[in-house]
Formats: sequence, structure tokens, C-alpha cells
Amino acid sequence: MAQTVALSPTSQRNIISRLWNDKESRSVIIQIITISLVFAFMAYIIHNAVVNLQAIGKGFSYNFLWQPSSYDINQHLIDYNSRSSHFRAMMVGILNTILIAICGIVLASVVGFVLGVLRLSKNWIVNRLAYCYIEYVRNVPVLLHILLVHGLIVHAFPVPRQAISIGDVTFMTNRGIFSPKPLYEPLFLVVIALFLLGLGFMWWFKRYAKKVQDETGQRYPVFWIGLAAIVGLPLVSFFLLGSPITWDVPELKGFNFAGGMVVRPEFIALLLALSLYTSAFIGEIVRAGILGVYYGQTEASYALGINRGRTLSLVVIPQALRIIVPPLTSQYLNLMKNSSLAVAIGYMDIVATIGGISLNQTGREMECMIIVLTLYLVMSLIISMIMNWYNRRIKLVER
Amino acid sequence: MFKSLKIGVITTLLSFAVFSANAATLDDVQARGELNCVVTTGLAGFAAPDENGRWDGFDVDFCRAVAAAVLGDGEKVKFVPSTGKTRFTLLNSGEGDILFRNTTETMSRDADLKLTFLPINYYDGQGFLIRKAYGVSSAKDLNGASVCIQTGTTTELNLADFFRANDMKYEPVNIETNEEGIANYSGNRCDAYTTDASGLASTRAALDDPSAHIILPEIISKEPLGGAVRHGDDQWADIGKWVVNAIINAEELGVSSANVGEMCASAGDNPSINRLCGTEGDAGSWIGLDNKWAVRVIEQIGNYGEIFERHIGPNTPLALERGLNAQWTDGGILYAAPIR
Repeated sequence: MAQTVALSPTSQRNIISRLWNDKESRSVIIQIITISLVFAFMAYIIHNAVVNLQAIGKGFSYNFLWQPSSYDINQHLIDYNSRSSHFRAMMVGILNTILIAICGIVLASVVGFVLGVLRLSKNWIVNRLAYCYIEYVRNVPVLLHILLVHGLIVHAFPVPRQAISIGDVTFMTNRGIFSPKPLYEPLFLVVIALFLLGLGFMWWFKRYAKKVQDETGQRYPVFWIGLAAIVGLPLVSFFLLGSPITWDVPELKGFNFAGGMVVRPEFIALLLALSLYTSAFIGEIVRAGILGVYYGQTEASYALGINRGRTLSLVVIPQALRIIVPPLTSQYLNLMKNSSLAVAIGYMDIVATIGGISLNQTGREMECMIIVLTLYLVMSLIISMIMNWYNRRIKLVER
Repeated sequence: MFKSLKIGVITTLLSFAVFSANAATLDDVQARGELNCVVTTGLAGFAAPDENGRWDGFDVDFCRAVAAAVLGDGEKVKFVPSTGKTRFTLLNSGEGDILFRNTTETMSRDADLKLTFLPINYYDGQGFLIRKAYGVSSAKDLNGASVCIQTGTTTELNLADFFRANDMKYEPVNIETNEEGIANYSGNRCDAYTTDASGLASTRAALDDPSAHIILPEIISKEPLGGAVRHGDDQWADIGKWVVNAIINAEELGVSSANVGEMCASAGDNPSINRLCGTEGDAGSWIGLDNKWAVRVIEQIGNYGEIFERHIGPNTPLALERGLNAQWTDGGILYAAPIR
């Protein structure tokens, strides 16, 4: 009976102070407080937005997505015109962002790896040149790079009537680079099928060759057979089928070139600026990765009689990649997110379409910004996922 | 007991705080002693800082006129520069009290974006600016052209409609600000630049050699430009509305900054002028101001004709004719409701 009597005030205080002094329960308490504060803050923000939207009489609705967008977009990878819906305009924007992200990541990686290697070169001039380049590029804001490259293209390249002609089929102007566009005939599908077949064969053959080598030590000329399967077979069939491609060559009509394909200056400017900027960071990451592999490994490899190239590809790079990949992921994410600066030069990405013109025409700021934020989040998470998967694949397998 | 009372009081105060942002803009402005006016980031003749950093222009004068009526001093304005994209958000979020940013009145903006438009202060239409060297004389000859557009305007919609209706192709180059647009146009990234004809005149005047460029004769849209305020504060909307009307009426009645002192010194024979001057009737109290509100506007800013001549008229670099913007008595369509 005495035990179940309510605790006296002093023992109550004792419990609180005991809980607080206990390391584990204290951390639980702090976590609970932090989480409730975070949620309270978010609830306040959302409540505030809802109240304010109601106060000016604006509901929250995504119905506008199915209305005609009524504006045109110069670069669209899918069919689009001013009668298409805002949703389709958004898809055009997403594809343009994905296009710039993929091209940018590839170019930045290539240039970055080269820079990293040049930076380690024993040749003093090469080494210093790479150093100066990296220091200049990464210390100037990327927006300035974008405006600078765009300005250079627009002002340095000629207008369409004075286009720089390359063999009369490709034309360089300040409106973009116009080149012939392939028009595929039905038979071309055969070539594509053979190419895919070649890829499949190669995948199998590589494993088979490795198995044979592991078992018997016999080596197949994998590279040459692969080349024949992937490139040779489709190429031969292409000519046997009588070149089932015709070319739509651009020609000057009135103000601009008509027909063909065009790479617009906005795309070129954004691609160059973003990838050159990011490549400077990647260069430093690569250098750090290579330097992070203990030099004794290289010496040991040489001592075993393995030549320089194979030492690099079999000993140094696999280990360097483990250091390189995690920070590289951040750089890829940065590049993708920086592509939103496209709006400064009029490249029609997500921000310029759904987060720009659509937003402005419909006045649905909340709805459009939520879409834009979600899209960037999803794309970032996808890049992270791919890179994490790659990271797991190359990491040290411990036995 | 006391605790719950305290919470009750605090929540009531908080909910008041939320709603007071929307009511009684006049009180807020007078308490602040400054009018926040949303203008463009820079469009010569309409709103741009001059060499001394003082904002100047046609739209700017309407901001100053409202400040003169409400605060007694046309200098008490804080200008909030906005792009085509941010202007309505700035107004709706309360960063600005009123907007004068060569903004086209449309149904969706009025009803869906929850704006209340003030009377039209400039009747405009969308046109094309192009190099003379092309030898193009009509917008119908623009097939295949690259056209620079300032995004976030009704302009890109009109442009899409115009080219579609005339079965022509074009390449739109969407530019965020007028400055970027000029840079792209002068760099020959685009063959033509399109926006409201008044904006084109302003852009043309800012080019290196204005005479090498022409504005094509076609006007492809109706662009009634006017100021705007948020929905939900009718008194504030009335103030904006009648300041604009007073400026237009003053010109019609022949009251200008030069003669306002004399004409409004005492009640004369013309009742319309007397009502404008506040020497007869009680118009000021209807909008929550004193009776000299219009006199202050005309004294400090001038009437419509003066504002027009000062910033965009034939003697300015923009060299715009009055055209549609002449008084209805002079063959234009400027026709302000009477103050009575």
C-alpha cells in the first residue's frame, strides 16, 4: 500500500533529474524534443501557407496541368506545341533537364579524369596549366561561366546568312549548330536488332572467355571479337541492306536554317559551363583518389613485372575509385541541380517551363514549386542510388 | 485557468496578425509612412533608376501619385523591383502595397490570381522590333524567324497564337529580363524582339543605333496596361482607382501642376474642377483621405498629359505618340469616370 501512494514532490523531482542524468534516457528525451520542435515548425509553416492562401481566396489544385499551355518551347525532345497541356510542357522541361544532366555528367567526368591525371603529371608545364585551369574555373561562380559562354557563342559565331559551313551539310551559327538529321527507313530496324544481338553476344562471350581463361589459361582476343560483333556486324548489314538511311540536310530558308537537327547555343553554353566547372572539382577528387593509393602498391606491381598501363588499370585505379566515388556523387548532384541556372540564358528546363512560364501564366506558385522541388528531389535520389550501387560494387570485398 | 486564458489571448492575437495583413492597407501604409510600390527591374521611360539612383518614369509617377494622395509626399515610396515572374507574388505576399509595372489586365489575372485592377493608364499592343537591314515590312513575313520574348508576360501567349493563326513557324527564345532580351537581340541571337509596343520603343531607344531598327506596323494583341492591388481591400483599391482617375480627369479639365494652385485656391465656376480640387463636396472622405488628396497629386506629379510628355512622349527618347492614349475629347480612348 505504502509503495503505491503517489510519489512525494521531492521524489518526483528525483525521477526527472535521474532521467536527465541517465545518458540513454537523456538522449531519448532530446530526440523527442527535437522531433516535436521540427514537426511543430513544419505544421506552423504549412498552416500559415494554407491560411494565407485561403485569405486571398486561392484554392490548392492541380487541374491547371491539363489546360493548354499556350506557349511554345524551342527545344523539345517530344512532340509539343502551344496547344499541348501544361503537363506536357513539364515533360519537355524534365527531358531537357535530364538531357543536360546526362551530357554534363559524362563530359565533366571525362574532362575531370583527364585533369586529375594531368595535375599529377611529372611534366611541369602540363601540371601547372592544369593547376591554373582548375583554380580559375572553380573559383568563379558557375552562373558567370554560363553567361560568359553563352555571350561568347552568341557574339562570336556568325548569323545564319554568314554561317560557317562544314562540307555544306553542317552549319555553325550563333543560332546553333545545324547538322543533317538521319531519317530511318524500316530496314534500319534490322541493323539495330543486329547491334543489340552483338551486345548480347559480347556479354555472354566475355564471361565465357573469362571462364575458359580461368580454367585453361587460354586467352581469346576478346576486344577484336567484340569489335566485330558490336560494330562490324551492324556495319556490314547496313551496307548489304543498301544504306537504309536518308539524310535531311539543313538549308537556309529566310531567317534561319530549316530542316536537319540543331544543337542550340543555350544547350551548348549550359553544357560547357556546367561540365567545365564541375570537371575542375572532379579533377581534384581524382587527384586525391590516386594520391590516396599507397605508392608501395605501384612499386610492388612494377616489381612483379607488370607494365605501367596495367599497373594503373589493375592496381591503382580500382583502389582509387573507392576514394573517388563518394565525393564524385556529390559533384554529379551539384551539376544536376546547377542546371536550374539554365533559366538565366533561356534554356527551357524544368524551372523555365513548369516552374517559370506555366507558373506565371496560371499563377499557381505553390503547386508549381512543389512539382519542381519534388522533381529535383527524385532526380537527385536516382543519381545517388545509382552511385551508391556502383560504390557498393567496387568497394573492398572482405573475406 | 490562467494558462488557458493566456493561450486563448495569444492565439486570437496571432489570428488577427494573419488577417490584418489583408485588411486596411491604407492604415499599414500610413503607419509605415512609406508606400511599397512594385515596379519593373528597369524599363527606360516607364520605371528605371536615373543617374542619381532615383526611380523615374511613367509607372513610377503613378506610384508617387498614390503616395502623394495617401502620405502627402510623393517621395515617400519604396520601389520593389520585380521581374515579370515575381510581380504578382510580391504583391500577393504583401511585399508591395500596389503594383505599377506595365501589367496587362486579363481575366485570369483579375479573377484567378486575385488581383484588382486599377483603371487602364496606358493602352498598348504587342509589336515586333526588327533590324531594318532585313527589309521586312510586315509581321506576316516573319516565318522561320527566331524571336526573343521576355518570359512571364502575356506576350509569349500572343506570340504563339499569332504564329499559329498565320500558319508560320518560329523559334521562341525565352528571356527572363528586358536587359537580357536586349543583349540577345543586339547579339543577333534573335531576328526580332517582341513585347508591348511601348516597351519596344523603350528598348529601341536603348540600342546603339536606334535608327537601324524598326517597329513593325502590326499590333498583334490588346494590352491594356494598368496598376493592380490585392483582392480583399476595397478601400485601398478605391484609392488607387481614383488617384488614376484624378490624374486623367485633371488633364481633361485643364488642371496641371502649373495652374493647380491658382485653380484650386477657391471654388470657381466649374463644379467638376471644384470637386477635383476638394473645394466642393466631400470626395476625400469617401476613400478615407482628406479633400486635398487630388490637389497634392496634381501639384507634385502633374496630370496625365504632363506625365506622358515627361517620360514617353514625342520629346523623349521613346518618342511615343499619344494615339489611343489621347483624351476621348481628342480622338483617343482615355475616358476616366467622373469624380462626383
